[in-house]
Amino acid sequence: MLRLENLSKRYKTGDLALNNVTLEIPDGQLVALIGPSGAGKSTLIRCVNRLVDATTGTIHLGDREITGLSNKELRRARRRMGMIFQEYALVERLTLMENVLSGRLGYVNFWQSLFRKYPKENVREAYRLLDRVDLMHMVDKRADELSGGQRQRVGICRALIQDPELLLVDEPTASLDPKTSRQIMRLIRELCEERKLAAIINIHDVALAQMFSERVVGLKLGEIVYDGAPEGLTPEVLTEIYGEEDWEKTIEKVDDEDDMPNDGEMA
Amino acid sequence: MPTIETKEGPLWRKRTTLKQWLIWGGWLIGLCIAVYAWQLISEKTIWMFVWDAPRQMSDIGERMVPPDWSYMPKLWRPVWDTLNIATIGTAIAMCLAVPIAFLAAHNTTPHKSVRAVMLFIIVATRSVNSLIWALLLVVIVGPGVLAGTIAIGIRSIGGCAKLIYESIEEIDPKQVEAIKATGGSRAQQMVYGILPQVLPTIAGVGVFRWDINVRGSTILGIVGAGGIGIQLSASINVLAWTQVTTILIVILGTVFVSEYISAKVRGAII
Repeated sequence: MLRLENLSKRYKTGDLALNNVTLEIPDGQLVALIGPSGAGKSTLIRCVNRLVDATTGTIHLGDREITGLSNKELRRARRRMGMIFQEYALVERLTLMENVLSGRLGYVNFWQSLFRKYPKENVREAYRLLDRVDLMHMVDKRADELSGGQRQRVGICRALIQDPELLLVDEPTASLDPKTSRQIMRLIRELCEERKLAAIINIHDVALAQMFSERVVGLKLGEIVYDGAPEGLTPEVLTEIYGEEDWEKTIEKVDDEDDMPNDGEMA
Repeated sequence: MPTIETKEGPLWRKRTTLKQWLIWGGWLIGLCIAVYAWQLISEKTIWMFVWDAPRQMSDIGERMVPPDWSYMPKLWRPVWDTLNIATIGTAIAMCLAVPIAFLAAHNTTPHKSVRAVMLFIIVATRSVNSLIWALLLVVIVGPGVLAGTIAIGIRSIGGCAKLIYESIEEIDPKQVEAIKATGGSRAQQMVYGILPQVLPTIAGVGVFRWDINVRGSTILGIVGAGGIGIQLSASINVLAWTQVTTILIVILGTVFVSEYISAKVRGAII
């Protein structure tokens, strides 16, 4: 279980990105985090694995308090939190296998990682994961040879091989076309179900958020303004989160198995 | 960028009229300085020698041909020395330049003061010409190939480290962030997140520097630091102009080959 309590973050520039956020995410729950640009979505998930340090407040993952860990303990804690990025953030000049195995860096020592001497079961797991996302035939290709959707699937493998209890997903579909977006979101949801993972997914696309999550949290100017079921996203709620706009079309179709681009795709 | 309102609608110009006149004025001042400088140089020149130059040139030209090919066998060894000076010197420089670059780049340096020291090393080694390093080293370690190699090595550290640390500062930070998020240590972030991104630059800089150093090391012999320059200065001293031609042709050939190799290698890396 992930527990954020009274979390605030003020950047050096003076911007208050998170304002007293309290949020609890039970094991295995898939949460979509929506909100306009600059609402603090990225800051929130980066506070969880402390790529950004919160100004005040606490974060607990299980019994462990993440805020206030020493450097060494923090590395240990980060191993259990897989992160997936908007622009994939793969190491472009390394192969798929190396990229996936880099998810194990928190577990192996420096020399093992330098000479790519990963334990056998890691390599086997990497093969299994790459096979699961249909990239088995490209194991030795370099990451910069892949398309966007393929890269994001490698990013997912890298996060999963960490053996995480929590996935932090930052705009996984923002650089992808509508169809690939759906496939990636479906893949993330399936994998979370298979492995009983909790996940926080930042996402701009309200329709996608409704389609693939069990719970939606709406963030506005660093504060939670909605927390509830995807079905509860009425035009009034969306207006509350994003501001005045015609929302009818956006929430018209909440249809999971639809692979076609939705009319109400958010601009 | 002013917009001028006219009857036919707004008119856009890049600069205001005043700014435009100032720029023309600047050019005029520049021109005046150039004319004045030309006059100064002209006063200090002994024109008799300059008018004589074409005749002197054709005179030396005549004495330089044909090249003395019988001198060739004595040149293979110095050419080999020259290449060794360049290659080993570059290798030494690169071994030192890579760690210096990592300590100097602001995103990998352990501390600001370390960065300052490294930047000083970079500037210091760069600012002194390799011929001057060689001159000093001939006194310290004695004449010969060793002095030349060290001179080339020292001279190259700054140039290589500068290019490498600049490329370290320009990497994509997201790839490093991703490695950090997996729980990788600082050393692992460097090996996985940063090194793959700068490896092409490191290789490219090394080859480029080797190419420069082949040219640089041909001259070191003039101050006694080994290589083909020794033969060159000896032949000039005894006015053996046909030998000088041979040496120049050999140097040209060497540089040509090194440039070809470096172009090929760089093409393969990038």
